[in-house]
Amino acid sequence: MLGKLTLSAIPLDVPILVGTFTGVVIAALAVLGAITYFGKWGYLWREWLTSVDHKRLGIMYIVLALVMLFRGFADAIMMRSQLALAYNGNPGYLPPHHYDQIFSAHGTIMIFFMAMAFMTGLLNVIVPLQIGARDVAFPFLNSLSFWMTTISAVLINVSLFIGEFAQCGWLVYPPLSEQQFSPGVGVDYYIWAVQLAGVGTLLTGVNFFVTIVKMRAPGMGWMKLPVFTWTAFVTVVLIMAVFPVLTVTLAELALDRYLGMHFFTNDGGGSVQLYLSLIWTWGHPEVYILVLPAFGVFSEITQTFSRKPLFGYRVMVYATLAIGVLSFIVWAHHFFTMGAGPNVNAFFGVATMIIAVPTGVKIFNWLFTMYKGRIQFNGIMYWVIGFMVTFSIGGMTGVMMAMPAADFVLHNSLFLIAHFHNVIIGGVYFGYVAGLNFWWPKVLGFKMNESWGKRAFWCWFVGFYLAFVPLYIAGFEGMTRRMNHYDNADWHVQMLIAAAGAAVIAVGVVCQLMQIYVSIRDRNLAENRDFTGDPWNARTLEWSMASPPPAYNFAVLPDVHGIDTFHTEKQMGRRSYEGKVLAPIHMPKNTAAGFFVGAFSFVLGFAAIWWIWWLAALALVGVFATVILRSFNNDVDYYVPVSEIERDQENYVRSLTAQAAE
Amino acid sequence: MSQASTHQHEGESHGSFASYIIGFVIAAILTVAAFAIVEMHLMSPGMTFGVIAALAVVQIFVHLIYFLHMNSSSSQSWNNTAFAFAVICVLIIVGGTVFIIHDVSMNMMSR
Repeated sequence: MLGKLTLSAIPLDVPILVGTFTGVVIAALAVLGAITYFGKWGYLWREWLTSVDHKRLGIMYIVLALVMLFRGFADAIMMRSQLALAYNGNPGYLPPHHYDQIFSAHGTIMIFFMAMAFMTGLLNVIVPLQIGARDVAFPFLNSLSFWMTTISAVLINVSLFIGEFAQCGWLVYPPLSEQQFSPGVGVDYYIWAVQLAGVGTLLTGVNFFVTIVKMRAPGMGWMKLPVFTWTAFVTVVLIMAVFPVLTVTLAELALDRYLGMHFFTNDGGGSVQLYLSLIWTWGHPEVYILVLPAFGVFSEITQTFSRKPLFGYRVMVYATLAIGVLSFIVWAHHFFTMGAGPNVNAFFGVATMIIAVPTGVKIFNWLFTMYKGRIQFNGIMYWVIGFMVTFSIGGMTGVMMAMPAADFVLHNSLFLIAHFHNVIIGGVYFGYVAGLNFWWPKVLGFKMNESWGKRAFWCWFVGFYLAFVPLYIAGFEGMTRRMNHYDNADWHVQMLIAAAGAAVIAVGVVCQLMQIYVSIRDRNLAENRDFTGDPWNARTLEWSMASPPPAYNFAVLPDVHGIDTFHTEKQMGRRSYEGKVLAPIHMPKNTAAGFFVGAFSFVLGFAAIWWIWWLAALALVGVFATVILRSFNNDVDYYVPVSEIERDQENYVRSLTAQAAE
Repeated sequence: MSQASTHQHEGESHGSFASYIIGFVIAAILTVAAFAIVEMHLMSPGMTFGVIAALAVVQIFVHLIYFLHMNSSSSQSWNNTAFAFAVICVLIIVGGTVFIIHDVSMNMMSR
């Protein structure tokens, strides 16, 4: 009846998990109780959970990302403290069975549910506003993508309390991940969570591709596209190209595990090497999927706060495209030691080194944008400068490892761990946080707190070097990744310093939470409010309407004449909406269909993990029924009346003129 | 969305009855021919492989032209670009994988 699910699947014998579970339950009860107490269920359901508005979906994505950051970071703290303790005969406090789940969950959650969700959130919030569109091309699909990502995040966290998680690393390499060596449900949790989230990501990719191709404002040719949108465009193309590869690879692994097939097994003609090759065909472009939008964020911020147009716009675009293409032909550098000969390794090594060229071009473009600019050195620019220094170091260690001969020494050592955290924290995470600070006033109508932001930056920046430079050194000294305990005195010193660094980063995370809390608390102070919709005196279209923007974004669609049309118009003292006739605006209605497809998919995933086949079948019927019902619903749109647009527009112009008079 | 609907449907012709029939007949002939060559042992094994592969390639083009309505007119440029992109991706992924896996097999003498 319940498949493999029994009461013994609940890990009551692990005190850490029982404690965590109690904490999660208390927190959940507090949140749910607060919503009930303030009578906000209806509001939450109508305005947020069923929303198809790209801005609200973006906010929800970012909230999800921050929650997942918290979960992933808790894993990181546990790993660092374990390695600080587990030295010279001391087993530490995490037995290998538990420790292996933690490092697997840390990677999976940070990439799929923190970074991807954060990236999708920023794309959602900004891309339609930057290209002068009123929503994305397929608003319902957007809501569906969000729910597929969210339920997958919930599913992966359920593995904490019911059953177990994978113990074979964040990419579940076979043969370890095959039924023979991982008979538990851990790998199945991984497969289903990543597969269901992959549906959401792929739909997001298609959605934003069509949006950027088809819905740009009149006059916005390709070479007039804002740089963030350009990077978003290349990112979604990469998503469309490589996420199917991930889906197929994991589906084949699932067939091995569920139906006893032999794609990647040791026997029966399976090829483990094929799994490595396929998973990294997705995996390497994936890191560019994450970092390109961060590059876009840095470009927008640098030009805004340097008070200059971006240096070398065209070069920036071509560099982005070049990185996109090159990211496709480097994947074998993740397994130089697998046994390929010099032909393969030389080809992929050289291709990897070449990627450093367009990336370096970008760094120089940002430096030249700042050169002789009147730089406004605020908390957001801190993240940008911190990025340039940190990412450059990370890039250089990457080129070191691109040499196959060097990689034979460094492969799977802590040097590699330090390298990719160097580029992912220093590049991706710093970029997303900078973007959050930069666009927060646009989305919510008030600025983020400056001093807590700077404190967060310094803790992250210093903490990062404290935590990861020791890993570079320990890696050189031969310490491998995924190690549970050790007895080398040289490594112990490094692990102690790294643990201290993780603690400093923890303070940084607390500062960020404080920053969010203080910003919301002080939102009504005059110096924090954004009356003009353009608090930074910025250059692109998203700043050309009130903050927060109305649901339909643009009262009249802007005419675009060049790069940074909005900035040019500000200089000339006129706005493109002046003298235009308002017309009713066609908008999509909210729908609960995305939520229900997500909910049924969650049940499907959970049932399939535990082999509860009747429930899985029911859930699948539920998914199809929801989709069919939705497609027969013709009441999916409405018109915003001119009177309402006029009222919004008058409010906006009034607060603009009031601000200008001051 | 009002904005999306302002873009006209850009020249995706959906084909006529006749074009579908022509496509179907050609596709059927190509399929039957391939089966016939194998079943009736008309050629040597090496020759058979070559001819079947050639028939398959022709079959792909028949499908693209008669069923997916691809042609070289300018209104089709996005379709053709997307198709070219897909072909390049497949070539990189399949070609690259074969390159790597074959080289590993040779180098590790597993075959």
